Amino acid sequence: MSHKEKMKEYWKENLRYLAILLTIWFVVSYVFGILLVDQLNTIKLGGFKLGFWFAQQGAMYVFVILIFVYVRLMNRLDKKYNVDE
Amino acid sequence: MGILTWTWILVGITFAIYIGIAIWARAESSKEFYVAGGGVPPIINGMATAADWMSAASFISLAGIVSFTGYDGSVYLLGWTGGYVLLALLLAPYLRKFGKFTVPDFIGDRYYSNVARFVAVIAALMVSFTYVAGQMRGVGIVFSRYLEVDIDTGVYIGMTIVLFYAVLGGMKGITYTQVAQYCVLIFAFMVPAIFISIQMTGNSIPQLGFGGTGEDGIYLLDKLDGLQQELGFHEYTSGSKSIMDVFAITLALMVGTAGLPHVIVRFFTVPKVKDARISAGWALLFITILYTTIPAVAVFSRINLIETVSEKKYDELPDWFGNWETTGLIKFEDKNKDGIVQYVADESVNELTIDRDIMVLANPEIAKLPNWVIALVGAGGLAAALSTAAGLLLVIASSISHDFIKKMINPKISEKNELVAARLSAVVAVMVAGWFGINPPGFVAAVVALAFGLAAASFFPAIVLGIFYKRMNKEGAIAGMVVGLLFMSYYILKFKFGIFDGGREAVTGLKEDWWFGISPEGFGSIAMVINFVVSIVVSKFTPDPPHEVQEIVENIRIPSGAGEASDH
Repeated sequence: MSHKEKMKEYWKENLRYLAILLTIWFVVSYVFGILLVDQLNTIKLGGFKLGFWFAQQGAMYVFVILIFVYVRLMNRLDKKYNVDE
Repeated sequence: MGILTWTWILVGITFAIYIGIAIWARAESSKEFYVAGGGVPPIINGMATAADWMSAASFISLAGIVSFTGYDGSVYLLGWTGGYVLLALLLAPYLRKFGKFTVPDFIGDRYYSNVARFVAVIAALMVSFTYVAGQMRGVGIVFSRYLEVDIDTGVYIGMTIVLFYAVLGGMKGITYTQVAQYCVLIFAFMVPAIFISIQMTGNSIPQLGFGGTGEDGIYLLDKLDGLQQELGFHEYTSGSKSIMDVFAITLALMVGTAGLPHVIVRFFTVPKVKDARISAGWALLFITILYTTIPAVAVFSRINLIETVSEKKYDELPDWFGNWETTGLIKFEDKNKDGIVQYVADESVNELTIDRDIMVLANPEIAKLPNWVIALVGAGGLAAALSTAAGLLLVIASSISHDFIKKMINPKISEKNELVAARLSAVVAVMVAGWFGINPPGFVAAVVALAFGLAAASFFPAIVLGIFYKRMNKEGAIAGMVVGLLFMSYYILKFKFGIFDGGREAVTGLKEDWWFGISPEGFGSIAMVINFVVSIVVSKFTPDPPHEVQEIVENIRIPSGAGEASDH
């Protein structure tokens, strides 16, 4: 594979990670915290209604985890394609 | 010792630290002034970004807003944290690889056009000035309450301090002061929150505490829902805004966050692309510590407030009530002359007006915490306001000295003169910000919210397309930014300030006319979509960008060979 094709592959894999991570990002905040909040509020997690919990706690925890997962994935990908610094 | 003595001591110590750091971290070159020399370790950058980011609005106003609006307040919690995911995944690593000093640098070079650069400078100035106005006001409010000086004097003191370390140290000084300020503000926010959580729920972790039960064995949130409904307010855990509007505001705040120049520029200060990625993670972690505590504080303070004042005799209210009455942040008007406080949703019967900011400022007093804790909140509020103000002032200064003077007016300016220009711009920016602080344009948080709309409408699409869409050209990007900014400004002026319909009194009546039922705070998401559509459509009908530019795009997508941030 030429260098150029290799970089195309690298970019494609990067985009695939982005698509997966951003889907999770969307689901925990917009779907669980906003669109389906009333439905999820019928479930209780201790003193929290689940939808309310996602909107004011859960989504934020997931955001932090998402970035650290992304960092790990990308560091591995950089190594695989030999583009790390 | 009294609150006032404690406050002077704590504020004195923290200010001495900030000034000490400023002297130690003087900027000697324009590179140190703009990007702290480009060698900031990621975890330090994360902490500085968190302080840069968390403003007077986050620290002073946000818990109050959540406290008064319950579920609806989630838009700010989600919006102001979720943006970091976008920043980490879509912007920070690529902008770091690109390796320049400012956001207009990227826009100007990627779109090979000084017109694009100029539009970006204007947008950066609009966003930063809107934002900094709220910060200076926050400084004034904290000073007036805690140090018993008037608000204007407070603004002057704040200006002097910021002037000192921003002008002297530039980004380098700001970065290390922000680290100190993060420590102060997080400590100041967490200590009272933990105290109150233990007091009310027996759980020392506020994030878990507010899902627990009080002494009476009832879940706090259930109790609050009950109290709210008794007094005629909407249930705390459900919203009163439409789903459409909640969605739009959250999105506008998220993309706005990712498009704020003073946040983006922080990622130019780390050595490598992978440092940019991880420092976004650290930043969000440090921010989340505060942001997940905010909803807990909101619940605690709301319950405390209602239980302390509702249906109580005015003469027998605790001291804090009187203290805050003198500042005008809380007002009691005995409408039915029974000497008892009626606090209800119905405006014709309600006798109590409470400024939202009071929920954090007075919370430790309401919970009867020791004096040093109360004083600590003052020092924390000042740290939050000053750190954000300094970051914004740097963006304003570098927009003028670097993007405008060096890149557009006089490219041959010497390094030494550019540094002088940067410092002078910072001085002017502090003056203007101070003027805004003394003549405030309204609510701290409301003003800040508008800055996000502007950032969402201009920078976010232009930068994302610049990285992810190789064929995006200057015509498309410029058209997109201009149209986005115009729509956003029009919407704010019409629906927030009512200037086309006879002034601010008209604003309430105009709610019926909101497009798709979206408030001005949420319109940034629509303006962003408009920007994206206009950019792409225009780019289809205009020539592709030159070959070199397409190569730049391919180059910024690959981490290796980032090198140091440089001028050329």
